[in-house]
Amino acid sequence: MKGTEIRDISIEDLPAAAQQLLDSLGRMQMAYACAGQDGAVELRYLGTPAAGGSFVLWRCKPTAEPPSLAAIWPLLGWYEREIMDLFGLRFRDHPEPNRLVLHANIPPPLAPANGHGAAAQPSLNGNSPRALPEMQAPDVQLLPFGPVRADVLESAEFNFFYIGEQILHYQPQLFYKHRGMEDRFQGVDATHGVILAERVSAVGSVAHALAFCHAVEAACDCTVPPRAQWLRVLLAELERLYNHLHYLGHLCNTTTLKVGEAQGKLLEERAKQINARLTGSRFLRSLLIPGGLRRDLQPKDWLSAALEALRADIAQYVRHLEASDSHLDRLLTTGVLTHQVAFEQGATGPVQRASNTDRDLRRDHPYAAYAEVPLTIPVREEGDAYARARVRIEEIDASITIMQHVLHSLPDGPVRSPCPPVPLAEGLGWAESPRGTLFYAVHFGSDGRLARVKIKSPSFSNWRAFPFTVHDTNMMDYAINEASFGLTISGCAR
Amino acid sequence: MALWTLIGLAKGKATTRWPRKGGNDGQEGLLGMPRYHPDRCTPGCADCAAICPTGAIQAGDGGLAVDYGRCVVCQLCVEACPTGAMAASADWAFGVRQRNDLRWAEPAPEATPSGRSERRGFRRSLHIRHVDAGSCNGCESELQALNNPFYNLHRLGIFFTPSPRFADLLLVTGPVTAAMAAPLRATYDAMPQPRWVMAAGTCAVSGGIAAGGYACGHGLDGVLPVDVYLPGCPPNPAAIIQALLMFLDRAPQQVRGGHIGQ
Repeated sequence: MKGTEIRDISIEDLPAAAQQLLDSLGRMQMAYACAGQDGAVELRYLGTPAAGGSFVLWRCKPTAEPPSLAAIWPLLGWYEREIMDLFGLRFRDHPEPNRLVLHANIPPPLAPANGHGAAAQPSLNGNSPRALPEMQAPDVQLLPFGPVRADVLESAEFNFFYIGEQILHYQPQLFYKHRGMEDRFQGVDATHGVILAERVSAVGSVAHALAFCHAVEAACDCTVPPRAQWLRVLLAELERLYNHLHYLGHLCNTTTLKVGEAQGKLLEERAKQINARLTGSRFLRSLLIPGGLRRDLQPKDWLSAALEALRADIAQYVRHLEASDSHLDRLLTTGVLTHQVAFEQGATGPVQRASNTDRDLRRDHPYAAYAEVPLTIPVREEGDAYARARVRIEEIDASITIMQHVLHSLPDGPVRSPCPPVPLAEGLGWAESPRGTLFYAVHFGSDGRLARVKIKSPSFSNWRAFPFTVHDTNMMDYAINEASFGLTISGCAR
Repeated sequence: MALWTLIGLAKGKATTRWPRKGGNDGQEGLLGMPRYHPDRCTPGCADCAAICPTGAIQAGDGGLAVDYGRCVVCQLCVEACPTGAMAASADWAFGVRQRNDLRWAEPAPEATPSGRSERRGFRRSLHIRHVDAGSCNGCESELQALNNPFYNLHRLGIFFTPSPRFADLLLVTGPVTAAMAAPLRATYDAMPQPRWVMAAGTCAVSGGIAAGGYACGHGLDGVLPVDVYLPGCPPNPAAIIQALLMFLDRAPQQVRGGHIGQ
């Protein structure tokens, strides 16, 4: 696979290799399954050997019951459950052997016909994803909330076991919205694939399209012209800007700071109107394509001034937020995510950077023109809701600085080079979305169309870590804590 | 301590006058649904149909069949068209009462005057329950924007309500995933009569890019009776407001037979 070093590994050696990766201070990123060259299921594990090193992909042929690695790398628990649902493999000694993404017990939809897990059989995993732990104590009550919730929100179901104000145990079910997006890529060409990638999570349209394009470009060995590389940075940072402004407004909503909410959402609206004026889309869609951009942008004459005006208003808004005791009181010490839990459960993006981990793909594995722009990566130690908000506030300013640099240094030239598909090629692409690390693994078939696309979204990672900050806290903090994570559900459910 | 009330007052009014005359709809530069000019087509050419990811344009014996209810506004047809027959436009006010009004028809059908409707009592006060039946969160992002100070939906007497028991209109986004079909139906069943349904976004209208497969339906048709269709990917906040006002007979329906009124 292009974009990463590949290692074939036998299924018996897998637990030892996983343990060795952990002991050598490496990091597991994701796992997925696909059909191998022989048509049978193949398992893939993506890791980083040590901080700053390049990615390594392990490839192995599973036996009938491959060993679960969730005890060594807890973050893999969800990936393994998803593989069980979609490919019909059963992982040995899995700690949570319930279905994850499929509500109905249907035959594994992605299982290759001639591999392990015959497609005609119902799922091996009979337990519903909504199964809750048994609770014996009569004083403990269950509050099921959702999937249709108050306000205009994405659908998800949250279950709270509680006594009075105290939450004892929290279990979300986030896959009501599972659309089978990875399956929709199968059989389409790369141009159509970008349109799909832009619609996995709309508020991450650029990041998803960018990671997809990177994967296709890696697989097909295409080069992207410099002007397109720089404009891609501009688009990615515009996306970060409106997302973080929405985040601040929504956080004020949960701390009942009504004028603060209105002001934050007005700033978000201004950013979205800038997006539309520049690209024709409030979500910055219909521009990215493998090989560059579909058309050129001419941002020089007005965008810089518009961003500077926005920067001044944001600075004033943040000063007011920082002077609001009622707002700060609700954020400080709320929903603490420790460094250790963040690492074990695979938290990413601003959430992880607020828990004292300095990790950002833009710097550690630079793409587009990020190697040439001034990057500031804010990191906080506390891991509470305030730290998560603070990281995003500082990222807003850093983003505008990056965009001004892009506008100043934008080279002339073409924005697109041809990127013909290469049959049977594979590529890995990534991007640091406003919510964290995003990976696309793209496999072409022998006809030059997409055969398998795996999406590792940041919300899938952060939803996995989030419940650990909810157990043993209180109901009044829940909405604030959830808002402080800034999660999407469609990105998680796909 | 920040004095938010004073800060808010000092900021002044941020709300647009639109849809009143002279108001800013906030959509400068936005690319809408491609405008179809069949007279510019070259006989035998079907480049747009070949590239359309959702089958919104299909080549048939009698030329192209264009269905705006399936358009995801990706602009690929505009770029593929050699003659400008599919032209970039700023057309987004696509809220219609009949699904057929999103399908291209030649000539454009005449407007049928709608008589005294049962919606009359709701013209100045409409309560909406929103259900996300599997969207990509683009529609939610724009629905949430409706209550920002710029659009300020409340000023028009239109409100979102948490409970379906208080709702007049069920606004559905997303292609209706397998797992959301039952909660969607339960929400509709909980609403008092009279009740109406709006399909917001191309996914809810026809399934959009996610339609089919093992986990997704094809939108609301056949699931719930639909009273307003609004395609768009996602429909922008002004388009949603326009469709709601059209539904309440407070604004004209602009699209008939795929033709947008001038």
